[in-house]
Amino acid sequence: MATAGKIKPIAMNSKTEPGKATQPNRVPLIFELSSEGRRGADMAPRKAGRRSGAEILGPQLCRDDLKGFPELSEPQVVRHFLRLAQLNFAQALQFYPLGSCTMKYNPVVNDEMAALDGFAAIHPLAPPHLAQGAFELMARLEAALAEITGMDAVSLHPAAGAQGELTGLLVMRAYHRKRGETRHKVIIPDTAHGTNPASCTLAGFEVMVARSNARGFIDAAEVKRLVSTDVAAMMVTNPNTIGVFEPEICEIAKILHDQGALLYMDGANMNALMGVAKPGHMGADVVQLNLHKTFSTPHGGGGPGAGPVCVKRELEPFLPAPRLKKTERGWVFDEDRPDSIGRLRSFHGNFGMLVRAYAYILALGGDGLAQASRTAILAANYIRKRLEDRFPCASPEPSMHECVLQHDLESRAGVSTLEIAKRLLDFGIHPPTIYFPLVVKGAMMIEPTETEAKEVLDNFIAVMERIYDEAIDDPEVVKNAPHTLRLSRVDEAEAARRPILRWQPKAE
Amino acid sequence: MRFIPHTSADAAAMLEAIGAASIDELVRHIPAALRDRARINLEPGRGEAEVVAELRALADRNEGAREYVTFLGAGYYRHYIPAAVRAIASRAEFATSYTPYQAEASQGTTQAIFEFQTLITQLTAMDVANASMYDGASAAAEAVLMARRLLPKRRVIAVARSLWPDYRATIRTYLSALGGVEIVEIPFDGETGMVDLKALAAMAGDDLLAVVIGYPNAFGIVEPLESAAEIARRAGALVISSTAEALALGLLKPPGDLGADIVTGEGQSFGLPVAFGGPGVGFMAARTAHLRQMPGRLVGQTRDRDGRRAFCLTLSTREQHIRRERATSNICTNHSLCALAATVYLSLMGRAGLRELAERNVELAHEAAEMLAHRGIRGRFSGPFFNEFAVRLPHPDAALAWAEQRRVLAGVAMRPHYAELSDCVLVSVTEMNNSSELTMLADVLAEAR
Repeated sequence: MATAGKIKPIAMNSKTEPGKATQPNRVPLIFELSSEGRRGADMAPRKAGRRSGAEILGPQLCRDDLKGFPELSEPQVVRHFLRLAQLNFAQALQFYPLGSCTMKYNPVVNDEMAALDGFAAIHPLAPPHLAQGAFELMARLEAALAEITGMDAVSLHPAAGAQGELTGLLVMRAYHRKRGETRHKVIIPDTAHGTNPASCTLAGFEVMVARSNARGFIDAAEVKRLVSTDVAAMMVTNPNTIGVFEPEICEIAKILHDQGALLYMDGANMNALMGVAKPGHMGADVVQLNLHKTFSTPHGGGGPGAGPVCVKRELEPFLPAPRLKKTERGWVFDEDRPDSIGRLRSFHGNFGMLVRAYAYILALGGDGLAQASRTAILAANYIRKRLEDRFPCASPEPSMHECVLQHDLESRAGVSTLEIAKRLLDFGIHPPTIYFPLVVKGAMMIEPTETEAKEVLDNFIAVMERIYDEAIDDPEVVKNAPHTLRLSRVDEAEAARRPILRWQPKAE
Repeated sequence: MRFIPHTSADAAAMLEAIGAASIDELVRHIPAALRDRARINLEPGRGEAEVVAELRALADRNEGAREYVTFLGAGYYRHYIPAAVRAIASRAEFATSYTPYQAEASQGTTQAIFEFQTLITQLTAMDVANASMYDGASAAAEAVLMARRLLPKRRVIAVARSLWPDYRATIRTYLSALGGVEIVEIPFDGETGMVDLKALAAMAGDDLLAVVIGYPNAFGIVEPLESAAEIARRAGALVISSTAEALALGLLKPPGDLGADIVTGEGQSFGLPVAFGGPGVGFMAARTAHLRQMPGRLVGQTRDRDGRRAFCLTLSTREQHIRRERATSNICTNHSLCALAATVYLSLMGRAGLRELAERNVELAHEAAEMLAHRGIRGRFSGPFFNEFAVRLPHPDAALAWAEQRRVLAGVAMRPHYAELSDCVLVSVTEMNNSSELTMLADVLAEAR
């Protein structure tokens, strides 16, 4: 893309023979750039007169040479990865309204803070009194997240949202067991994200699906029908995956609590709620957050994230160990946690992400966080309203921080949601989440976030309108998108049919 | 607020388009009982300079991060990180993208992951590797779950006591809610510090599902993985290796050549800072025959409509967003940006450099052990070690405290996790420690004794 202005692009959709195409923009694999004898790092020489590491360990333990491993100079390595960088769409470069992922601006200063020596170079097993800044930061972040969610205690241990879910479920399981109850079932609405049922299986629970009603909500009556003393909990995402607030959430919590069951709230959509409504007040017993969504830590092309778990007081003893503990001599880790579910990873959480999230919370403050949520809600409703003629919302209810839109192009013009998504790429816009939630046919889940200017939203709206009209007037343009990227449509079916999952050296 | 671009005129225009008088009106459907109590009682927001000042003040309180000569390892290692690694991993094109669902818009991320997968297969001598896991401990736990899917009729998981305590604890937690399996511990030989093969042989019955072994183990020792794998294989069980110090794979025989069925580990040594314990990057490699039971994301090579090489996520029918409660794992993301850093790191180190660096670590660690031995401080075990080793000290806590007064963090006390090693300290030596530091280590521990 960076060279697109200088090099004449090869003809769009030219029927070129596989492997024989002129590929001016093709980035070779790092292995294909190798030449025997090149190196990208120089080592201090071995001390004179000392045996080599291989001699010390002996041939019984040592491997042969790392055949096929890259052999490049440093400038080649840097150029290779910078060229790869240019092939990505990214939030910092363009509108990236991927629903449920909260692709908001990631303040650059936060990366700089996480890279401070005091944070990046502190070893996890350093004596606690030499790492009090790290403990203090974690304690303050725990307190801030508790305040934002209206919960009592927070564990920063889980590495990601999905691990946070597993943590929350295991905590609820341990809670029931401590009370002498073995409850086997968890209720999940049909609108739920796939991780919810997958996490339930891992936590040893059987899933019961609650059907949402015609308005896209969980029905308190349906929960009442399903709940029993064999139900450990219900997992709810609120706002739900259609982007609307569950109006009966407080009643649902009460129905569950009356039967001794707990309410688990997936905080994936917390960006709608800051300063608007607190999960703790809705009756949630466990809330898992995604710091890479609401709290602006970078998504990193798919992690690392961080998935803190917030709980009510009664569930605190079961949180992962160790826990932060304040003593007369400062902060320490408390390992003596007999009811804890244990650990799900090594050490103390994705600390580098915690630094960024804390920096973000400091920058916004309580009112700034509320302003972020309110602006996100404004943006989603604006897009929804402006597009309603061509892309009506899947729910008649007011949207929160994202809107799920539908369209009639499949029946009118044979154009699918996937094709619309691919056409958006031609306009430099990352597509929304598509075909999710599963209960909405051809869904497009659009989450603009609060950090995109009105001009960006207006441009997106104009592009969506144009694509709609194109689909009617000239559907092939949409069906064959993208046209302007380095690649035309990628054949994902082929990748699965005949998996090639690694580079292989050419047979000599 | 500097991250929010909307002017009041923008907001007014947007509200007008929506047909609402205020943002309050947009949230009026939320029960008032919730809205009225929702105010977040935190301090007001701050400018960037103030945020930086606050965080610097906290960072400065982590005195252990500087001014100390450090020999701390035990699962997380201090290695030099080339500037190019951080420069590339902090590129916003990588850092602010997400899971590459749209292949055409994600060729940078997908190709880098494909390269990562290849590097891991080369290091481990395995057929396939996934796009990364959270960390070494959860990768080991996911490998046990994978083994359980492969051999559903068996029930005994034998975990070496010499595997990292955090890893063993993580495996226990991941299995805690699943019936039908039992974890047993394989003791270690008190002399060599290696897994007790006789004890393993005694456990190797028809019911043995998998064996999990550190390589190197929690004492820095290179386990007899091949012999252990042979015993397990004869019993029809699967062998899982787990490496916390991934640099060792640059020099040691790869687990895939020693009979491992699933190879896991922590890649933090490959270009990631210790950062108080995270984020690191887990890795997992397996045999092609077991591919369909592998957890985590996979990137595959394919073509676009015009025949050009392309990369995309593949075999997602194993995953949670398709299979929901029948998925191989609940894992969604990997640690993609950390995997990218590792890919850049390994590309720079390269074929010769990675091995040289691994050798240099062995040399320095052995030099340190010799210097300590000269001063009467003996290694606890006789087994071969990579870059860390346990030494025996009569009063380990007092010795560590003395060393700390002399500005040396001499190692990690082993008592919290191994009662039988309560007189031992685990000392880690990397290329970050120069000769004078080794002398200082030996001197202060000798004084303390």
